[in-house]
Amino acid sequence: MYTQLVDTEAKRLRSRSELSEPEQLFQARLDAEQKIEPGDDMPEAYRRTLIRQISQHAHSEWVGMLPEGNWITRAPTLARKCILLAKVQDEGGHALYLYAAAETLGVARETLIEELHAGNAKYSSIFNYPTLTWADVGAIGWLVDGAAIMNQIPLCRCSYGPYARAMVRICKEESFHQRQGYDLMLALCRGAPEQKQMAQDALDRWWWPAVMMFGPPDESSPHTAQSKAWRIKLYTNDELRQKFIDQSVPQADYLGLKVPDAALKWNEASGHYDFGTIPWDEFFRVVQGDGPCNRDRLDTRREAWEGGRWVREAATAHAVKTAARRRDTHATAPGSNGVSP
Amino acid sequence: MVESPPPLFEYLLRLGDNALVLGQRVSAWTGKGPIIEEDLALANVALDLLGEARSWLSLAGAVEGLGRDEDALAMRRDAPEFRNVLLVEQPNGDYADTMARQFLFDAWHLPLLRVLARSSDARVAEVAHASAPEAAYHLERSREWVIRLGDGTEESHRRMASAIDRLWPYTGELFESDALEQTLARDGVAVDHSELRLPWRATVLETLAEATIDLPADGWHHSGGRRGMHSEHLSYLLSEMQYLEHRHPELKW
Repeated sequence: MYTQLVDTEAKRLRSRSELSEPEQLFQARLDAEQKIEPGDDMPEAYRRTLIRQISQHAHSEWVGMLPEGNWITRAPTLARKCILLAKVQDEGGHALYLYAAAETLGVARETLIEELHAGNAKYSSIFNYPTLTWADVGAIGWLVDGAAIMNQIPLCRCSYGPYARAMVRICKEESFHQRQGYDLMLALCRGAPEQKQMAQDALDRWWWPAVMMFGPPDESSPHTAQSKAWRIKLYTNDELRQKFIDQSVPQADYLGLKVPDAALKWNEASGHYDFGTIPWDEFFRVVQGDGPCNRDRLDTRREAWEGGRWVREAATAHAVKTAARRRDTHATAPGSNGVSP
Repeated sequence: MVESPPPLFEYLLRLGDNALVLGQRVSAWTGKGPIIEEDLALANVALDLLGEARSWLSLAGAVEGLGRDEDALAMRRDAPEFRNVLLVEQPNGDYADTMARQFLFDAWHLPLLRVLARSSDARVAEVAHASAPEAAYHLERSREWVIRLGDGTEESHRRMASAIDRLWPYTGELFESDALEQTLARDGVAVDHSELRLPWRATVLETLAEATIDLPADGWHHSGGRRGMHSEHLSYLLSEMQYLEHRHPELKW
């Protein structure tokens, strides 16, 4: 998911009788599915957890511009170039809504960005994998955006109003991205053998990282219970993962591609696919910083931020000068409305 | 004997290649701008330019009548066949270089499109009419950045002044006019580019004054893009843009 391993500061879920009176009132609002809005009373742990979750989500969108952005200048046709550029632009837009949603909880965007650059904030493990061929752009749209939607559609109903509303818009765009990614894969699979091979190779590399986007198995997710009680997570990692696999396998079949899991098998009794062992060692390694692109991604983000510092400073300096001139004009011109020419 | 291509085809390539090459340059900023809002705006500008390029190149292919579509023209021509002005192929550099290049182009592009929107060729008029409002937004934005950086901090002033200075010798080419253009202009299809100098100069003078940047002196200028004589930068840009077409020729994507 775009958020993984979000710390709720609670090792276990406390029972109702262990909650203070304000906490009980808050929980009652959540249980009645009321939305919590920025000015409302909320437990500090809820506020801090949401900041972690929403900012991690925002960082994922922002860093997520890079792997696909890697192919904008090399897209094979002008139409595909425009589609990809618009998609990556949407991701930047998602980052912006999400940073704005986090700001409603009393934290500045710049602070969150500095935390990311200092290596103190996470973003989704998936963006630490490289985009090696054009087919990776399709695989990301199909699988990564597909997985994101699984998690984000329920979040449209989450308890925090600004986050839920941001999700409504984001989900509309993400489902469009998923269809674009699938359309790209379909074009490759209906094309020359070398194109189909490119698509298969992309599926081989992106399948397990996508399956792991949902985060560790439920038994290793100590924060799920608290997040569910707060209604900032509506389904468990394993529930969403199963749903994703059940949806994606027939889509791979339709493309004529083989999912790289020898143990994958339809289970008539359960009505779901059984699947093989997930490489969790790799997941934790990547989350802790040792994936193929972790350093590159953060370096790129830091360089853009540091390299753009003089631009931001100039914009601020110019705004200050303009405001001062406006005040001077106002002071020296009685009756002026203060609007500079 | 090989028939020479129709003059309008040649003219449409000039228009299409300007938008394509600049769109390609700007698109390379995506995700690497100084702040997210600028990432979004840069992507918008690149999308507008690429969209405009697609319209001109599709029309060029139709006028040529040899079955070449926008992608055949974008992906299967080499640098000497490109007809863009040298200004648009200059590297992105820093944000001042990118914004100065954009501004010097936009201040020319907008009056050009406004005249072409009244072209006697309805197809040309239609594309120009659709693109002019986008170009107006680009100019508003790039103009503001030239002013903001010129009249910002000491560092940003130095960078913007040096970007304008470096790019200035590429602006003379914008107003060159040749027999092909003059013929098309006489028929009311195109515009004689020398006529664009006045409106361009007015915008530039007024903007640089507000940006507290001295107007560079006119002197010798670079030239040749419209005849396929490019700077060293273009073939790198094309080899990146045309990578998949070179590696896997003639496939559908």
